[in-house]
Amino acid sequence: MLWNALLLAFREIRRNVLRSFLTILGVVIGVASVIVMVTLGNGATRAVATQIESMGSNLLMIRKGQHMGPGQTSSAPAFDLEDTVALERDIPAIKSLAPSATDSITAVVGNASWATSVNGTDNRFFSVRNWTLERGRLFSASELSGGRAACVIGATVRKELFGPQDPIGSNLRLKQISCEVIGLLAGKGQSSMGHDQDDLVVMPLRTFQRRIAGNQDVTLIQVSIRDGESTERAKTDIERLLRERRKVAAGEQDNFSVRDMKEVATMLTGTTQVLTTLLSAVAAVSLLVGGIGIMNIMLVSVTERTREIGIRLAIGALEREVLMQFLVEAVALSSLGGVLGILLALGASIGLADILKVPFVFNGGIVLTAFLFSAAVGVIFGYFPARRAARLDPIEALRRE
Amino acid sequence: MTAATASAKNALLTWPRPASPDPAGQPLLEFRQVSKIYGTGTAAMRALDGVDLRIGPGEFVAVMGPSGSGKSTAMNILGCLDTPSAGSYLFRGVAVETLSHDQRARLRRHYLGFVFQGFNLLNRTSALENVELPLIYRRAPRTERHARARAALAQVGLTGWEGHTPGELSGGQQQRVAIARAIVTEPSLLLADEPTGNLDTARSHEVMELLVGLNRDQGITVLMVTHEAEMAAYAHRIIHFRDGRVADDGHAGGPV
Repeated sequence: MLWNALLLAFREIRRNVLRSFLTILGVVIGVASVIVMVTLGNGATRAVATQIESMGSNLLMIRKGQHMGPGQTSSAPAFDLEDTVALERDIPAIKSLAPSATDSITAVVGNASWATSVNGTDNRFFSVRNWTLERGRLFSASELSGGRAACVIGATVRKELFGPQDPIGSNLRLKQISCEVIGLLAGKGQSSMGHDQDDLVVMPLRTFQRRIAGNQDVTLIQVSIRDGESTERAKTDIERLLRERRKVAAGEQDNFSVRDMKEVATMLTGTTQVLTTLLSAVAAVSLLVGGIGIMNIMLVSVTERTREIGIRLAIGALEREVLMQFLVEAVALSSLGGVLGILLALGASIGLADILKVPFVFNGGIVLTAFLFSAAVGVIFGYFPARRAARLDPIEALRRE
Repeated sequence: MTAATASAKNALLTWPRPASPDPAGQPLLEFRQVSKIYGTGTAAMRALDGVDLRIGPGEFVAVMGPSGSGKSTAMNILGCLDTPSAGSYLFRGVAVETLSHDQRARLRRHYLGFVFQGFNLLNRTSALENVELPLIYRRAPRTERHARARAALAQVGLTGWEGHTPGELSGGQQQRVAIARAIVTEPSLLLADEPTGNLDTARSHEVMELLVGLNRDQGITVLMVTHEAEMAAYAHRIIHFRDGRVADDGHAGGPV
């Protein structure tokens, strides 16, 4: 009986191809948008996680002052190299650390100029932040201690200033100094916040301090923690040591901040997940609207086929058999919408993931859920018209033209 | 309800249908003081007013009467599509008004065949599929359905037309498909509501010959509503309804 009802349902759908298609369009769009939202949301979450991992695992960032909001920090004295020496000596959980001082400077090569972030640091910076060299070399010991004007550049700086040419050996002008390019970093791409990680120039800390900043300040200390050590513990230890060294009185707020990148990762992925859920909920509403569309057409269909229902009832169909027939038809329609929606969603998510530069993360669970949901929409919104059909009086129904 | 009627009722509703033929010497259908009242109070309309009627197995009965005489109401009740307001309708000794909605549907499915004036075939559905329809509700297997539907179409002289849809068939052919659909289940009773009402004279006589043949050769009881005396003359018995009562119940002379 169910098989027959199914055959009958598909025949009805085939008879009115255009109408059936328009009927299920709401469900198609609903299912597709839910899947696209979830897929892209998961992709964005994955992108954030991958990007933060690429910054270096177990990474702590120590900055002067307290973070007060976007781009603002409270004024506080900078660190110096002695702080970094003390941290390495006194906190055994620290695997490596890289002191750095940064500034935004316009770099010039010939006619080309490009505003970029210049980092004064040492070779430990590359290991702490998981940078790899694509070409050239890192700083030599004499370059670091002598404060020579040598620099390693990121992929974006290379592209903007040198184009396809090999930059190694060329010179770069930063303010009043001319700096020899000795190395090119492998590209990392955009960060989760839309910041281009490859847009940087790295030079020895001493060079930066003497010839660009004109002081001995260290503004950022990046610390990597040994595997198996608790970053939480290390963070508290660092805070205690720095409070002591910077003479912060008990009860006073820290005049520096220690940030665990894992925390930042959790926070950011949390945010994208909340957004994903919200957008999916909005998309789910369109599924509901699609269901109402199906109910509407099923009601029209019952009216149109009143005589057919009368014939079926007269020759001995039970009420529940007529009910089943129309219910199966509604479910077949909505499931078909679900399947089309899934196909549309897969195409759209692959395309959009490419455009938005997030990875395409296939989630079988959401595809299945969306399909089951679309079938459920058919049951819920098909029941009322089906019951109406089943309750028809055969005498009245047969008389209807 | 006595034990005897309870067992008669069970026998009526079980499927497959008991092998015993329609009981001879006992009426197949019986109206006992059947009334049907539509509406209430002063607006109440008595469509049937205490009708007594007995129709035996194998009879060919024509029902006549002007519109509003109650013949359609009587046919609806006889077809188990409706129940009396008062009185009792016995089908093979079982009071139909005591049956539930579903039980009456099963009774129609197992014992009755319907032919309508407007043919009432499913549009855009082949003749074969139209004839198969009642068998689907009987859960007959696919191969059996095909075989029986083909046989029924052959019986009405439509071999070779199985794949045609009603739109591709003439009125007479459509009515023959409808008759095939009614007899494919080998019913005890065939109810025909003005089966020739939409047909020209030649086609009408063909359809009547077909009904007479089914009645004679297969012993199917035929109950037919008609306006035309010429068609009623094919029946053994003609019942005239007037103002909700049986005005005349006599035997006709047979085919003209």
